[in-house]
Amino acid sequence: MTTSETEPTPAVDTTTTPRHASRTPDRERENLLEVEDLVKHFPIKGGFLSGSKSAVQAVDGVSFTVRRGETFSIVGESGCGKSTTARLITRLLEPTAGKVTFEGKDITHLSDGRMRPLRRDIQMIFQDPYSSLNPRHTVGKIVGAPYKLQGVEPEGGRKKAVQALLQTVGLSPEHYNRYPHEFSGGQRQRIGIARTLALKPRLIVADEPVSALDVSIQAQVVNLLEDLQQELDLTYVMIAHDLSVVRHVSDRVAVMYLGKIVEIGDRDDLYDRPRHPYTVAMLSAVPVPDTKRRHQRERIRLQGDVPSPINPPTACRFHTRCWKAQEICRTEEPLLLQIGTGAESGHQVACHFPEEPSGPAGIPG
Amino acid sequence: MTTLTPESSRGPAPSPGSHYLEVADLQVHFTTDDGVVKSVDGLSFHLDRGQTLGIVGESGSGKSVTSMAVMGLHTAKNAHISGSIKLGGQELVGADKETVRKLRGKNMAMIFQDPLSSMHPFYTVGNQIVEAYRIHNDVSRKAARAHAIEMLDRVGIPEPGKRVDAFPHQFSGGMRQRAMIAMSLSCDPDLLIADEPTTALDVTVQAQILDLIRDLQKEFDSAVVIITHDLGVVAELADDILVMYAGRAAEYGSAEQLFNSPEHPYTWGLLGSMPRFDKAPTDRLLPIKGTPPSLIQVPEGCAFNPRCDFQPRVGSACLVERPDLHDNGGDHFVACHIPPAERQKIWAQEISPRLS
Repeated sequence: MTTSETEPTPAVDTTTTPRHASRTPDRERENLLEVEDLVKHFPIKGGFLSGSKSAVQAVDGVSFTVRRGETFSIVGESGCGKSTTARLITRLLEPTAGKVTFEGKDITHLSDGRMRPLRRDIQMIFQDPYSSLNPRHTVGKIVGAPYKLQGVEPEGGRKKAVQALLQTVGLSPEHYNRYPHEFSGGQRQRIGIARTLALKPRLIVADEPVSALDVSIQAQVVNLLEDLQQELDLTYVMIAHDLSVVRHVSDRVAVMYLGKIVEIGDRDDLYDRPRHPYTVAMLSAVPVPDTKRRHQRERIRLQGDVPSPINPPTACRFHTRCWKAQEICRTEEPLLLQIGTGAESGHQVACHFPEEPSGPAGIPG
Repeated sequence: MTTLTPESSRGPAPSPGSHYLEVADLQVHFTTDDGVVKSVDGLSFHLDRGQTLGIVGESGSGKSVTSMAVMGLHTAKNAHISGSIKLGGQELVGADKETVRKLRGKNMAMIFQDPLSSMHPFYTVGNQIVEAYRIHNDVSRKAARAHAIEMLDRVGIPEPGKRVDAFPHQFSGGMRQRAMIAMSLSCDPDLLIADEPTTALDVTVQAQILDLIRDLQKEFDSAVVIITHDLGVVAELADDILVMYAGRAAEYGSAEQLFNSPEHPYTWGLLGSMPRFDKAPTDRLLPIKGTPPSLIQVPEGCAFNPRCDFQPRVGSACLVERPDLHDNGGDHFVACHIPPAERQKIWAQEISPRLS
């Protein structure tokens, strides 16, 4: 099925300075995206006559900021509202309440027409490289579509621009006239990425960009995304459930549970010193590819399943599965408050009884 | 649990009949309009009761096709199976359908990746467990139902007495997977094949299911084959690991050998491709170049040669001669033309330092 056995290496210079240089998020850096109290409820139709009865509270009061040039990741289990959040930021869904500010401009309720020019700046990479490309269009048409839709005539013509983009993402210019079915999953994801880059966006929202790919291909795409970020000064909002990948790519991470952010912090703070019991449990559950650790690791087993977002638990939504839950967790909702000091001041947690920094899931470096 | 006794030596079966499951030179080919797809092409492994074998590989490497062949589920007319699969001494390749059908459930059972599509939407979960149980056990409907409730309870489904009458769609993903496990374990199978049992699940549920498989294995002393692309999952469960590439074994050894002293360039590539959760974050991942080959046109010589960084060092052997699985001396089998001493040197000096 694949068109070529070997893919050309990306045309991006891979010998740039180590990424660790840019790892320490600059707290002075300006905010590119601000999200305040974002809410999205999907009403459930009760059926004929009764009208809408209740709602799926997919996202229920989420606030965060994304700084220019960083990678901000949202992690959580299925149904926690992370993909809905991505679609609200990109305005593919209409928020129920709250505010989304992009580059100082309120875009929460912009009409389609007013939103269109902004779509150049905010682009999205989708999870499934099989369903996100039109099978009847050639690669050239797919990658060139943003130019057509925005009425942009790139320098040297569209074809040349598209071919340059294909090279940027590690495909070859000859692929211009091929169809998506001729490509493997990893190559298709590269086509999707090329399309995203066409209009030189400032913010890219990537919803599970590598989870549909094989391990060896996953690494290629992760590296490509990192190279592009360096080269083109991109800001990423990454939605993912694979905690190892998120740790590798992110500068800051937010953990969501049932429509709320329970913890948010710099990558190292969150992974090395998790404070929310849910984060601790989730990190302890990640299987580690090391046979020596197999019997030494202490794993926190969470009981049961995630409750339904139609009727979430009162106050702290995690109390039904939390081993530390007390009366106050059932009656009073914990707010997302700063917990760290000094260098860790960006670390916020929503819990009445946060774990001590040297929690049981501390990962030996 | 992980120490290897001398009898459990790996590789081409030493003395037939000594292991519970013995697969020798298995080939599964499919004739299609485009040519013959060699999904599995000469694969040998074996497994004892109480042991867990992890089969690792990318999509299209033949891991699921292998498990389906063991279960006798390749019914398509264009499937050609040859070689030998022995379960408790009984030959399965070429055995008639009825014989294999009787073995399924009691002697071997399978957990599928996607529980929604592998359970019948029209029957209650309880009914489906009862059906399997009554085929192998001559018991009343009532006793079988009681057994089904007990199984659901065992796998951690809350209120099993009520849930037994629920339909699969009323269960969440994790619960469905547990019901699926309850179904496969209802007749205490001697061999359990789990094909990507946790791929569709969230990480906290995955941990629950892996613990469950481990506990149940101890209890029933079953042989378990776990098929996955996640090296973390096999590291948690497996005693032995078989790495597959393009329908053949690339490397076969104990979990310790595979993780601590792997010798095949493909295994090195897999380890470099994964962000390591247990080590300090690295700047870059070390992916394998290129893409997995088409199984219709497997590259000449070593199937991995177009993606291998070490091929130029070995020379033309990789391009013309297909390497066989050879013991490197320590009960660790590798299919590679690089001489064993050289491979160990490359791992120790070049690969291992880059991974930590």
